[in-house]
Amino acid sequence: METFDTLEVDHIIEKYGSDRSFLISMLHDVQAKYRFLPEDVLRYISHKLDIPLINIYRIATFYKSFSLTPKGKHQIRVCLGTACHVRGGQRILDSLERNLGVKTGETTEDEKFTLERVNCVGCCALGPVVVVDKEYHGNMEVSKVEKVIEKYS
Amino acid sequence: MNRLKSPKELEILREEILSRKALQKVCVSICLGTSCHAFGGKKVSEAFQSEIERRGIKNKVEIKNTGCHGFCEKGPIVVIHPDEICYVEVKPEDAQEIVSETIVGGKIVERLLYKDPNTGEKYVHESEIPFHKFQTKIVFDYNNKVSPRSIDDYIALGGYLALKKAIFEMTPENVLSEIKEANLRGRGGGGFDAGRKWESARNASGSPKYVVVNCDEGDPGAYMDRSLMEENPHIILEGLTLGAYAIGSNKGFIYVREEYPYAVENALFAIEQARERGLLGKNILGSGFSFDVDVHRGAGAFVSGESSALLTTLEGLVGEPRPKYIHMAEKGLWGKPTNLNNVETWANVPLIISNGSSWFRSIGTEGSKGTKIFSLVGKVNNTGLIEVPMGITLRDIIYKIGGGIKGEKKFKAVQTGGPSGGCIPEQYLDTPVDFDELTKLGSMMGSGGMIVMDEDTCMVDVAKYFTDFLKDESCGKCAPCREGLDRMSEILERITEGKGMPEDIELLLKISSLMKDASLCALGTTAPNPVLSTIRYFRDEYDAHIIEKRCPALACRNLVEYLVDETKCTGCGACVKSCPSNAISGKKKKAHSIDQGECINCGICFDICKFDAVVKR
Repeated sequence: METFDTLEVDHIIEKYGSDRSFLISMLHDVQAKYRFLPEDVLRYISHKLDIPLINIYRIATFYKSFSLTPKGKHQIRVCLGTACHVRGGQRILDSLERNLGVKTGETTEDEKFTLERVNCVGCCALGPVVVVDKEYHGNMEVSKVEKVIEKYS
Repeated sequence: MNRLKSPKELEILREEILSRKALQKVCVSICLGTSCHAFGGKKVSEAFQSEIERRGIKNKVEIKNTGCHGFCEKGPIVVIHPDEICYVEVKPEDAQEIVSETIVGGKIVERLLYKDPNTGEKYVHESEIPFHKFQTKIVFDYNNKVSPRSIDDYIALGGYLALKKAIFEMTPENVLSEIKEANLRGRGGGGFDAGRKWESARNASGSPKYVVVNCDEGDPGAYMDRSLMEENPHIILEGLTLGAYAIGSNKGFIYVREEYPYAVENALFAIEQARERGLLGKNILGSGFSFDVDVHRGAGAFVSGESSALLTTLEGLVGEPRPKYIHMAEKGLWGKPTNLNNVETWANVPLIISNGSSWFRSIGTEGSKGTKIFSLVGKVNNTGLIEVPMGITLRDIIYKIGGGIKGEKKFKAVQTGGPSGGCIPEQYLDTPVDFDELTKLGSMMGSGGMIVMDEDTCMVDVAKYFTDFLKDESCGKCAPCREGLDRMSEILERITEGKGMPEDIELLLKISSLMKDASLCALGTTAPNPVLSTIRYFRDEYDAHIIEKRCPALACRNLVEYLVDETKCTGCGACVKSCPSNAISGKKKKAHSIDQGECINCGICFDICKFDAVVKR
């Protein structure tokens, strides 16, 4: 008995015509569904596509987007691209770390938030930028940090 | 949607679209690029929609949600065509007034016009605004005229006519020689001759052949490729199809970084539309030529933007680069001949085929033809995306288009070329911007990030920033890059902490030269550039850190102190509440003070104080 819905994973695999070269896209879809890459699902994909598990593991750990542990309900991404860096993005990140009580890359205990830093989200004119899920918060200031967190709590 | 079966049918369709559009006399074009979107552009668009409906003038006024107009600083931006009246920082509640005053009444709403902060002058038309006036928009020109999800908008502006011309009036050799004659150089970083790359792939034996769009725009501070892919995906598809025709390929790939979800969505949507119209897929326009495209998403790895690493990522493997002696034109994707170009390069192709190589060559400098899109960001007044002819000076970009430095600050440097580029100081501001000139200065064109830095930016910190960035992103396959970046990062770390040693600079130079010679791919060979260029132009800042244990820009955390200016402090207590280490104390409404023993130099009090009472030393 599997711990996940095999039909859903089958559906993801078939969406890409069971083409192995789309493995990264498939893993994206798995992660979107489960908020991380569960080991059982990876084993299942390895079996279905006949890819050695070690190769899938290598991809899952090489690329930054993938996580082998559950991510929070909301993803907070702090941009530290050059433009945000020179406009004080680091202080926004520090302040979020303190407010949430986690380090960058970690998830809060209640699994509500995962805090991440990214290297440019491509709207440098708004810097410093914080992206929560798909929403952009531009011209961020330390004094606005609490409000942003409250919005999603 | 009907599938077009001949070139004639494309022409008929275009006529139909144009006559349909002619009925709508006024077009409200609302920028929904990422920045304007973040400023609430969607709500503005909805407000216009409902106001137009309420007045029952829907058949006369077209509302168009377009891509980025470039002037991100002032979003949301609304332009009323045909008069091209431009309103900035528009709010949903302004829609009613704009409709009644401008669209119905033909009058201008003064308060929403752009006002030059330096001269106080107001501008009515978008193209008169200094930010736009000094640009030459050819590739980017479509962005504010097409809705990203409308193939009809693109066709109305002459889209896909270059493809029709190529496959019905030109041989693949003609297309290739046109690109070669145009002297189109790759816009992704290195500036390689695109025509020569195409020719090698065309002449290579082996089939099938592949063409690839590199939209893994990883350079922090650069977002022009994102903008093109999100907002005018058809121009890239048309360029790619032309390349495929010239090279003899029937299969293409678009590789988009994961951080750009809308670019993925819009590219997929455009591909579907083009297929339905018969402009992609089997037997394009009944010509017998077939070509199709897949979209692949990245997963957050900077090195994947390196061309050979990108191909291994496309194969579904770990994105590590391959040695350069294997030419991808001969052995690329799955060992087959492959041609890869960046988004902006592909977007130039339809323009060259439509207008001819001599038109393209008439823009730019001797060695660099055409235009280049830059993202002008950092400490400059007008930030946004700009398209300028090659050869324009850095000074014109920063002062004429960018409106100079933010606030009363002094210019220090402009960083170009992303993590592989360098910092250019004031004395070179009159350098013409092209591939070769920037390389001579120890920087490079890169994909087009242009980050302006003022006196508050510490150049050692900038070098450390890029080195740390690359340290994180190095794939670790070759030792010079992996170990070199680690050591450089350690050295820079101690310099910024005031623990640097006089011999550190010599050591940095030694590691740099080794990395340049021995790294496997361009990530490693160019990684020392930020360090080298800052040592070359800002040696005094390094010396201040190492010898005097001082950061002249007051930016390095361990070398500054925060103090309260008692004459300015009102005792409001805002800093007390936000201080994470409880280092600030004082009586209500009396001047406060900072306990230096407790202070962790985070700078939050400095940011938060509304009275400029916290000072750095």
